Amino acid sequence: MSAETTTPANDAVSAYDVDHPAPVIEPPRARTRKTPKATRTNFEMYGWLFMRLSGIVLVVLVLGHLLIQLVLDGGVSKIGFAFVAGRWASPFWQAWDLIMLWLATLHGANGLRTVINDYAERDNTRLWLKALLYTAAGFTIVLGTLVIFTFDPNIR
Amino acid sequence: MPAGTLYRGREGMWSWVAHRVTGVLIFFFLFVHVLDTSLVRVSPEAYDDVVATYKNPIVNLMEYGLVAAILFHALNGLRVIAVDFWSKGPKYQRQMLWSVVGIWVVLMAGAFYPILQHTLRELFGS
Repeated sequence: MSAETTTPANDAVSAYDVDHPAPVIEPPRARTRKTPKATRTNFEMYGWLFMRLSGIVLVVLVLGHLLIQLVLDGGVSKIGFAFVAGRWASPFWQAWDLIMLWLATLHGANGLRTVINDYAERDNTRLWLKALLYTAAGFTIVLGTLVIFTFDPNIR
Repeated sequence: MPAGTLYRGREGMWSWVAHRVTGVLIFFFLFVHVLDTSLVRVSPEAYDDVVATYKNPIVNLMEYGLVAAILFHALNGLRVIAVDFWSKGPKYQRQMLWSVVGIWVVLMAGAFYPILQHTLRELFGS
């Protein structure tokens, strides 16, 4: 730093003294009376962590699902009611599909929440898009869970 | 047009774009897929009817596209985790992206016949 740049700053400091104190500038992130207390949680951090943990599990569950349904034993040709009945006769595949359903829906819903927050600039647009998203995700989880638990191979 | 940076217009940005686009596509398919599967609670015929749609050659090709989207999202997701948690992740993010692309190409080539065999047999006979 040269003397030329420090001199004006010294002048500015000298403009204030005990009788003329510098104005207090509040730090931009300080909590004020308007700061909502209830929303100050680590929700976004847990969301970030959930995306990574569920992602690792979903890599196994979803790629396994694709391998069984679309790649092995003739690909899509074999799929039908009888094939589904055969797989859901086993609690192992029921649990597989149930965990996959829950994790995939929550992972996808949180991903779309991020996308909505990024692109929908108006408060009302964000509110309604997220309301629609949460409704769709809740519906998907409830319907899918009911289907897995109430499946009846002898429906006919 | 602003000058290029380490991120803008480079591998990091485009992998982010691709991750986002594939993620949204997969979520919409998941919604439709749970709806079609729920027809097993209506009747075997209703379910088999909707699964017949999945056996249409054009839809079969879309399934190959779905696998392409999911496979990229899965492999790139593992890369994102490595960037976040592995101390050398950020340093090798570019090499990891090209590894992802390489593995993706090999797996997609290997999956071509198994996934599309239904259509190939239908169109060109067994």
